[in-house]
Amino acid sequence: MTQETEITPMTEPQPEPPAHDALSEAAADPAAQRGVETHVVPEHRERKGGKTDAVFHIDGVGVSYSGKPAVRDVTFDIAENEITALIGPSGCGKSTLLRCLNRMNDLIPGCEVSGHVGFHGEDLYGPRVDPVRVRTLIGMVFQKPNPFPKSIYDNIAFGPRVLGVKGDLDEIVERALRRGALWDDVKDRLKDNAYGMSGGQQQRLCIARCLAIEPDVILMDEPCSALDPISTGKIEDLMLELKERYSIVIVTHNMQQAARVSDKTAFFTVELSEEEHRVGRVVEFDDTEKVFTNPADPRTEAYVTGKVG
Amino acid sequence: MAVDPGLPGAARTQLAVAGARATTAAALNRKGSGPRVQEGLFLALLLLAVGFALAGLAALLVWSFVEGLPRLDANLFTQGPSSLHPETAGFRTAILGSVYVIGGVIALIVPLGVGAAIYLEEYADKTRWWNRFIELNVQNLAGVPSIVYGILGLAFIVRGPLDIGFVAAAGSMTLALLVLPTVILAAREAIRAVPPSIREGALALGATQWQTVRRQVLPAAIPGILTGIILGVARAIGEAAPLLLVGAVTFVTVNPSLFEGRFTTLPVQIFNYAGRPQEVFHELAAAGVIVMLVVLLAMNSFAIWLRNHYEKKLS
Amino acid sequence: MAGRDITASGSRATDGRPRLEAVSPRYGEKAIFALLALCAAISVATTLAIVISLIVPSIGFFGEVPFADFLFGTDWAPTFADATFGVLPIVVGTLTVTAWALLVAIPVGLLTAIYMAEYAPTRVRRVVKPVLEVLEGMPTVAIGLFALYFARPLLEDIFPFLPWGGPFAVGVAGIAVGLMIVPLVSSVADDAMRSVPAGLREGAYALGATKMKVSARVVFPAAISGIVAAIVLAASRAIGETMVVLLAAGATPQLVAPWDFTESIQTMTAFIGTTATGDIATGTITYDTIFAVGALLFVMTLAMNMLAIRLVRRFREVYE
Repeated sequence: MTQETEITPMTEPQPEPPAHDALSEAAADPAAQRGVETHVVPEHRERKGGKTDAVFHIDGVGVSYSGKPAVRDVTFDIAENEITALIGPSGCGKSTLLRCLNRMNDLIPGCEVSGHVGFHGEDLYGPRVDPVRVRTLIGMVFQKPNPFPKSIYDNIAFGPRVLGVKGDLDEIVERALRRGALWDDVKDRLKDNAYGMSGGQQQRLCIARCLAIEPDVILMDEPCSALDPISTGKIEDLMLELKERYSIVIVTHNMQQAARVSDKTAFFTVELSEEEHRVGRVVEFDDTEKVFTNPADPRTEAYVTGKVG
Repeated sequence: MAVDPGLPGAARTQLAVAGARATTAAALNRKGSGPRVQEGLFLALLLLAVGFALAGLAALLVWSFVEGLPRLDANLFTQGPSSLHPETAGFRTAILGSVYVIGGVIALIVPLGVGAAIYLEEYADKTRWWNRFIELNVQNLAGVPSIVYGILGLAFIVRGPLDIGFVAAAGSMTLALLVLPTVILAAREAIRAVPPSIREGALALGATQWQTVRRQVLPAAIPGILTGIILGVARAIGEAAPLLLVGAVTFVTVNPSLFEGRFTTLPVQIFNYAGRPQEVFHELAAAGVIVMLVVLLAMNSFAIWLRNHYEKKLS
Repeated sequence: MAGRDITASGSRATDGRPRLEAVSPRYGEKAIFALLALCAAISVATTLAIVISLIVPSIGFFGEVPFADFLFGTDWAPTFADATFGVLPIVVGTLTVTAWALLVAIPVGLLTAIYMAEYAPTRVRRVVKPVLEVLEGMPTVAIGLFALYFARPLLEDIFPFLPWGGPFAVGVAGIAVGLMIVPLVSSVADDAMRSVPAGLREGAYALGATKMKVSARVVFPAAISGIVAAIVLAASRAIGETMVVLLAAGATPQLVAPWDFTESIQTMTAFIGTTATGDIATGTITYDTIFAVGALLFVMTLAMNMLAIRLVRRFREVYE
C-alpha cells in the first residue's frame, strides 16, 4: 500500500451543504490547489459509535466474492441530506460497496462483507438485522432503468402493496410521481405499460417507485449511464431536489456529474493485492470541490483531470 | 471429422482457429468456379436433409389421414372396442381413459413442476452440493426411457409402497413422473428468462423473496411455463409404453374411473388395434391416430403461438 | 431531517434509531421455501425409487441366474418352461435398431442443424423449427403404425431384392426411430453451433472463406462437443424407444448381423413391454427378469445421458 503516513482525522460532516460556487472559486485560485495536504483517507479511524448525524458510518469495510477480495479498507461517513458520489475507474468496487449499504450483496452467493457499516448508529450487519427490512429503509436505483413489465401505476404501487402500507394508494402513487417529477408527464396514462416510456422517464419512474416506500436513503448505481444528456440533466435536477428530504449516495462514471451534483466525493482506485487480485480501495474522500480542484492524492488528480481512467 | 471430444476447451478453440486458418488459406487459393459449384452442392445437400425430415413428417400425417379417414365418424367416439363388430368399434373408453389419466397428470405436474423450478431458479444456493445434485438429477431423469418409468409405476405405485392397483390414477402418477423433468426444465428456462433486474428492483423495494417471485417473476414467466406444461402434457397424451406396465389393458368395454377398475388410453388402444391382423383394425388405429394428432397439433400450435407472443413482449 | 414523515412506514423506533429487525417472523416465507424444496426433492425421490425398484428384484433374479450367463448368454427364452436367460440377443437387437436409427439421424440431423444454424433465413427458421418440434413430439405409437403399414411396404417396393419375410423388419423399425430422433439431433446440434461466437465466423469470412467452409471447418469443429452430445442423446433415446420397435421390429429374440435389414428381432424395451402386459405373477423368475432387463437398460441410458450432459456443459463453459 502506497499510502502517505501523515494521517489526520476526517472533518465532521458538515450540517449544511457547501455552497456550490465554492467549486468555481477554488478552481479559479491555483494557489488553493496546493494548499492542504491533510485530506487523506485515514486508514484506522476510531469509530464514532452512536452518532446519528451521519447516515452511514463505513468503517474498515471489505467485500469479497467467494474468498476473492473486491474492495477493502473502506472508511468514511455519509452525511444526511447530502449527495455523496463514489467515483473511480471501472472494477474499483464502487458498486460493490454501494450494494453493501442496503444488503443487496446478500443476494450474491459467496459474497462476504467484513468491517462495520453503521446505519444511524445501528449495525447494518448485526445478527438480528433483517435485510428485507433494511431495503425498505434504504432504496436503490439501478444502472439500467428496470421498471416492472406492468402499468405505471402498478410499478409505483408495488412497494406500498408488499409492505402492506395503509392509506389511499392513489394518493401515495400521485405523491411519489410528483416527487419523482413525473406526474405531469404520466398523469393521463397511469394504466399504460411502463415499457412504453422513454428511458429517462423509466429511470424517473424507478426513482419515484423507490420514493413511494419513503426510504431514508436512496442509493443510485450509475443511474444516468444508459440515458441521453437531456434525461441525465432531468435526473440530476431531481437529485438536487430530493436531497432536501433524502440522503443520496450515487456511483457514477461521469466526472462532471459528480462535480455538478455531489457534496462529498469518495475516489476509488484499483490495486493489485498480494495474491494478484484486483482490489478496490478509497484513496480520497472529501468535499467534492476539494477532490476536484485540490486533490490530496496524485492518483485522484490524475483521474479527475482525465490523465488516466 | 474425427475430433476427440475429450479435448480440453482451450485445445478445441485452438482447433477451431486452426480450422479457420486452413479454411481461409484454402479460400484465398481458390481458382475458377469450383468452389461456387461446391457451395451449391453443399446447400443442396442441406436442403435435402431438411426435406427428408419434413417429408417424413408430411408422409406420416398424410398417410394417417388417408388410412383413417373412412373410419372418422361418430362411432369412433361413441363405441367401445369390439372384436365381433370391428366395423363399428371405436375409442370411447380409451378417450375417456385418456381424459382421466391426463387430468391426473395435469393436477400433479403443475404444482410439482412449477414448484421445483421455482426452487431451483430462485431459492437454491448453487454452491451447495445437494442443489447441484438435484439439478443434475432432473437432467438425468429427462433422459430415462419411458418404459423404465413403467417399471417404477409397477413396482412402487401399482404394487409396493402405494399399492393402488392397476387403475387410471396409477397411470396418471407414472406419466406425471415421466414428464415432470421436462416440465421442470422448461419452467426453469422460462423463469430464467425473466431479467434479473426485475428481481433486483422488487427486492430493493423491500419485497420478500416470495413476494418477488409471486408478484413479479411468476407473472412474467407464466407464458413460458405454460408452454412447458403444454408440451409436457402433449407428451403424456401420446405416451403408451409405461402404461402397458401399470395396467392399461387393451380391451376395456366399460367407462373407466380414476381409482377403480381397469383402464385404457387412446395410444394404448391404437397399439392394440394396430397389432391385430385384420385390415379393418389398421384403419381404426389410423383413425385413432388422427384424433390424437388433431389434439396434439392444436396444443403444439397454441404453445408455439404463446412462445412467439411472449418472446416479442419481453424483448 | 426535520419534518420528514418517516413514521408513515414505521421506519424508526421511539429512540430515533432505525428498526432493522424483521417486523414479523414471516413463517409463511419459511413454509413456502420448505414446500418448494419438497417439490424439487421429489425428483431425487423418483430416482431413488427407480433404483430401488430395479435393484431389489434384480437381486432375486441374479440369485437364480448367474451374472455371466445373463450378460454373455446368447439364448433368450425367459418365458419358456425350459427357460434360458442369455440377454445378448435382445441387447444386440436393441443396438441394431439404434445403429439403423443413427445411420438416418446423424446425417439428416446434423445437416439440418447446419442449415438451421448457418443458412436458414429467419423466416424459414421460424417455420421449420416448430415443424421439427411437432415431429419430435409425435406419439411413438403413431410412428410405429406408420412404419409397419406405410414404410415397410414402401421399402419393399424400393428394395425388392432384400429377403423380406414377415411383417416385421429391424431395419424398418430402425429407420422409423431414426426419423423420430432427427429433431433431437438437429435441435441440440443447432444450439451448439449457434453458441459458437460470431467472432470466429467473422474472422474466417473476413479472409474470404465461403459459407460452406465456415460452416464445415470453423463452426462444426468449434461446436463438436455439443454435436457429440446430440448424437449420444439421440442414441440413448433410440435405445429406450419402445412402441415403434414393439410394432415394427417384431418379437423374435435372435442374434442378427447388423446388415440383416429385414429380420425380425426383439429389443430390451420390447421384451419388457410384451412380458409385463400379461397377467404376470409377482415373485416368479419371469417377473424378476423384467427388472433385470430394466436395470441393464437404465444403466446403459444413464451412462450415455451423463456423458451427454458433461459434453453440453463443456461447450457452455467454453463459449458462455
